[in-house]
Amino acid sequence: MSEEKKEYNKPLPEFRPETKPFWDAAKEHKLVIPRSRETGEFFFYPRALSPGGDMSEDIEWVESEGRGKVWTFSIHHMGPSKAYKGEPPYVVALIEMDEGVKMMSNVIDVDPNDVSIGMEVQVCFDDVTDEVTLPKFKPAG
Amino acid sequence: MRDVYIIGVGNTACGRFPDKPAHILAREAAWSAIQDSGIHARKIEIAFCGHVYQGMGVGQRALKDIGLVGQPTINVEGACGSGTLSLWEAWRTIAYGQYDIALALGVENLSRILSGGPLPLEEDDLEVSIGMGMPGLYAIRASKYMEEYGVTLEQLAEVVVKSRHHASLNPLAQYRKPTTVEEVLNAPVIADPLTRNMCCPVGDAAAAAVLCSEEQVGELAKKMPVKILGCVAQSGKYSSPTGLTCDPSENVWRTSQMAYEMAGLGPEDMDVAEIHDAFSIAEMMVVESLGFCEKGDGATLIDEKSTWVGGDKVAVNPSGGLLSRGHPVGATGLLQTAEIVRQLRGEVEPERQVKDAKVGIIETMGGAQPAMDGITCVVSILGK
Repeated sequence: MSEEKKEYNKPLPEFRPETKPFWDAAKEHKLVIPRSRETGEFFFYPRALSPGGDMSEDIEWVESEGRGKVWTFSIHHMGPSKAYKGEPPYVVALIEMDEGVKMMSNVIDVDPNDVSIGMEVQVCFDDVTDEVTLPKFKPAG
Repeated sequence: MRDVYIIGVGNTACGRFPDKPAHILAREAAWSAIQDSGIHARKIEIAFCGHVYQGMGVGQRALKDIGLVGQPTINVEGACGSGTLSLWEAWRTIAYGQYDIALALGVENLSRILSGGPLPLEEDDLEVSIGMGMPGLYAIRASKYMEEYGVTLEQLAEVVVKSRHHASLNPLAQYRKPTTVEEVLNAPVIADPLTRNMCCPVGDAAAAAVLCSEEQVGELAKKMPVKILGCVAQSGKYSSPTGLTCDPSENVWRTSQMAYEMAGLGPEDMDVAEIHDAFSIAEMMVVESLGFCEKGDGATLIDEKSTWVGGDKVAVNPSGGLLSRGHPVGATGLLQTAEIVRQLRGEVEPERQVKDAKVGIIETMGGAQPAMDGITCVVSILGK
């Protein structure tokens, strides 16, 4: 992993005020999901105003156990740019978390052909650079 | 609000034109639309130019060669919906009484920025950092859709077969060679389940329309004027409170419902449609969102050939659509507009002319903002 880090040249997410708690937690290998204190509902994407109710700014970040299911996925045979040369095939999936929200990530540590809709997955963490850790998913259990 | 009419349309062919910068293509389309309208260019009071990747002042650079200078020219951007956003701007400036005569332009030269492959996305989003591309976004929708409704790869391929057939009859289309289910399925897989031939091509073109107010139409129109019965633009929303379903159909549904209401018409009244089939799965989902069939029945329309020209339902993408006519991003919405205007006038090649077409609908879906149901959706309804 450490050798890979030096050569990492793929796009990296930007830390915005609304997303920074998510990335800070990921760096500590924790998955956190925002929840509205007004409605008690989890939501994702992170944003300044929570959906529902009166769109309150009163948002808390709740640590997740990181369990979910593959809601849908695609095996990518071509990356979005030259930075992904040599990477395909890889799995891009929407994961439906136990909290009810969906998030997009890779399903790794599995033959792409063995991934299926409904497959139970568990979060894992890929420290791609010293600053950025990407939450990814692997088959549960 | 005043009624607004389209009195002229024009466009370049769709293809790879690396030697023609955007402003050259746009100038050609603008001139062609003005000629088609039969009015003198000096009567144009305001112009809009939709594009995404073409840099500074494209509209002004295109129109200066005609001599159309001084009037406000506004470049507009709404991702793949930029062309119809340009039309919407032209419509509303007339509808709300600011100007009487407007030019809507749309253009893109992708060949000069891309050799092939997917459109570049903004790189700072979570989804791009895990390797999602534009085809991938449609591919994950396709996987879910196939699982929910039992749709097959062959049915996804049939969309391309229909598209290529229509395009084979359209001299302006980029891909004009008829194809087969086998050929579509044997093409390299880009993002499973989508093969290369289920994705729209990289290409270049420009298209334009001349619009005028109800007060001016009687005096100005040389050909049959086409009335804009409904025209609605909506930005993307988060798909649902609990996350992203990545389903642009929600945006197409709500935008088209507003357009139908404005027009006082329903899906059953549409004779011809030009829709945003950037990937073959999109056609199935969009025909449902436009209300042409129930959710999950998009593949049935394909099986029954109901949406082919000459079929028993609304003809969908008689131009060949994005998959085969082409998808030169900023030009697409006005290419669709030009097609529907010509269909209503009865001007297209007889083999792909929809008989007695009285009302047509245009749907353009801009953008892949993964957490949302798109960036911009524009739906217009035109009638004679």
